[in-house]
Amino acid sequence: MKRVLDRRLFLRTAASATATVITTGGAVVIAASNGAWAMTLSTFDATTARVLLVMTRHLYPHDMLGDVYYAEVVESLDKKAKADPGLAKTIREGVAGLDRATGVPWLQLSPGGQVEVLKMIETSPFFQTVRGETVVGLYNNKLVWHHFGYQGSSTEFGGYLHRGFQDAGWTMQPDAEASPPPPA
Amino acid sequence: MARYELNDDSVVVVIGSGAGGGTLANELCQKGVKVVLLEAGKRLSPEEFVNDEWAAFVQTAWLDKRTTSGSWRVARDFPNLPAWICKTVGGSTVHWAGASLRFQEHEFKTRTVYGEIGGATLLDWPIGLSDLEPYYAKAEAKMGVTRTHGIPGLPGNNNFKVMYTGAKRLGYKIVHTGRMAINSRERDGRPHCLQIGFCFQGCKSAAKWSTLYTEIPAAEATGRLELRTECQALQIQHDANGKITGVLYADADGKQHVQKARVVCIACNAIESPRLLLNSASSKYPDGLANSSGQVGRNYMRHTTGSVYATFDRPVHMFRGTTMAGIIMDEAGHDPKRGFAGGYELETLSLGLPFMAAFLDPGAWGREFTRKLEGYAHMAGMWIVGEDMPQASNRVTLHPTEKDRFGLPIPNVHFDDHPNDIAMRAHAYRQGAAVYLAAGAREVYEVPPYPSTHNLGTNRMSARPQDGVCNAFGQTWDHENLFISDGSQFTTGAAENPTLTIVALAIRQAEYLADQMAKNAI
Repeated sequence: MKRVLDRRLFLRTAASATATVITTGGAVVIAASNGAWAMTLSTFDATTARVLLVMTRHLYPHDMLGDVYYAEVVESLDKKAKADPGLAKTIREGVAGLDRATGVPWLQLSPGGQVEVLKMIETSPFFQTVRGETVVGLYNNKLVWHHFGYQGSSTEFGGYLHRGFQDAGWTMQPDAEASPPPPA
Repeated sequence: MARYELNDDSVVVVIGSGAGGGTLANELCQKGVKVVLLEAGKRLSPEEFVNDEWAAFVQTAWLDKRTTSGSWRVARDFPNLPAWICKTVGGSTVHWAGASLRFQEHEFKTRTVYGEIGGATLLDWPIGLSDLEPYYAKAEAKMGVTRTHGIPGLPGNNNFKVMYTGAKRLGYKIVHTGRMAINSRERDGRPHCLQIGFCFQGCKSAAKWSTLYTEIPAAEATGRLELRTECQALQIQHDANGKITGVLYADADGKQHVQKARVVCIACNAIESPRLLLNSASSKYPDGLANSSGQVGRNYMRHTTGSVYATFDRPVHMFRGTTMAGIIMDEAGHDPKRGFAGGYELETLSLGLPFMAAFLDPGAWGREFTRKLEGYAHMAGMWIVGEDMPQASNRVTLHPTEKDRFGLPIPNVHFDDHPNDIAMRAHAYRQGAAVYLAAGAREVYEVPPYPSTHNLGTNRMSARPQDGVCNAFGQTWDHENLFISDGSQFTTGAAENPTLTIVALAIRQAEYLADQMAKNAI
């Protein structure tokens, strides 16, 4: 991914930015509508990229997350498909299957209609592949963690011993036998 | 470190460096025995561990392909990952959470106490609690188990405080931060716990006991241990009389060697241990080694598990601090009035966001699922650990067609829940939910079992040769110089996390083995 803006500005704008898929000079690019970021694909065509961008959000929709995080899943799939012709074929045929499901191109369906089609094909290898990639890729992206209140790696901060591991003040306070005090 | 020749047939070969094998190797070395320790994985240092769930999984998990069958949900959700265990020096003591509970007296004689239960192959252990008590005490001292030997308990984190609140309101009595092999105070050259979290990902501070940085360096310091890493055992060899002569293994480059041995001890966890015996079949032993009873690979147990997570109005941040931060023990006894035999423990558990997404409802997608995940910071979680029924058909077998990179059949793990398991899980889900509702939960989620971390019973010990694979010391009935040294020797599974019992059995086995060798009995 090419980050056009500096990191701080990126973090501020990425969460809200929607993305579009464009082709420039023959290359397929997913770009933020505000120009904050762009990523170039190596394997998927523009339609496939558009479908996957919409599909990954339908799979794990979070209104608080901008398109960049879903685009990163698509970018990762694109890289894997480049190295794995079998995967590329699964994706290509799966995308074609989405259009065949109703006879209307899947991207032209309403969001509700798109989800209905996904439900129809949810046992297919295509669906399972994209779902598996998304559930791992999306939530393993450290940049999404703060949206969920997850703080991740703690060793470099000395753990949570002095950083709120007992700070839920709304619970009962366990007695010292059940929960002895930490070492001084 | 010692170096032994491949043709040195005076050594004891221990296969696997986890709770069983790592402990056994050290205990033997301390008694003057020469040991070659074969470990399939690499040697990592705590500095190399990462506070990152997927990265740590790739770094430490046993990822060789396995297949599954049966009606357990793991076969559907994780068809090639029946177990979440480790391939690295230290084995699954790198990954374990540290819960160290003794078995209860009745759990050594379940056939007698529970009676006959249809479909279950219950059997009394050939030993009782009193046989194991001195070794439990030694194991607890070795591992620095809290609430034993005057070692204070750990401080409870937010996840424990939520459990405590609900448990107390519900009237549960035995609720505390557990008996944990995690230093609550500096001890044995290792620091006290910093509440880092990520206990499952390898403890970076080494506050949690693992053979990686306790038993194995202690064994090396005797000058009697040769640890061979990235060496995977392929076959155990025997002579015309059935005496074990050595182990065929492949090194990091795939090159095969035979290490001669006076004694061989198998501690590869309860999937690979029976697989190794089955893959060692010969013309003399067409059904595999140590298998005259036909019990090798059978009676696979994994504990009746499941998790309960709940979302609260106020934040919990359950990931802060130890993964298994507290326990409710009131349901651990045998009380048939509940509608099932045996009991279960409720222990807090937390997952980071990446694993919560993978495990909360495997396969789920869509807005209802993501709505639940958005409550992550307000979630508390607990794990059910209950005794499951041994069944002959729950079994590790060799795959009929699929082979590993050495050309050996991969293991298939078949598991069906026994009705007793289902009844127990239903009860535990209800009680877990009641705990959280009493603490003010807004929503409660019943989470299905993860891939197994407690793999047991596939080479069980028995009083009579026809009922099991090994005797009360883990010595196989069929080969006097072949021993089972891991959780596969468990006759039944009990309600408790198995590591402490594996370690206690290893200490006891080392004593027996060294004595037998000194007497030239083996």
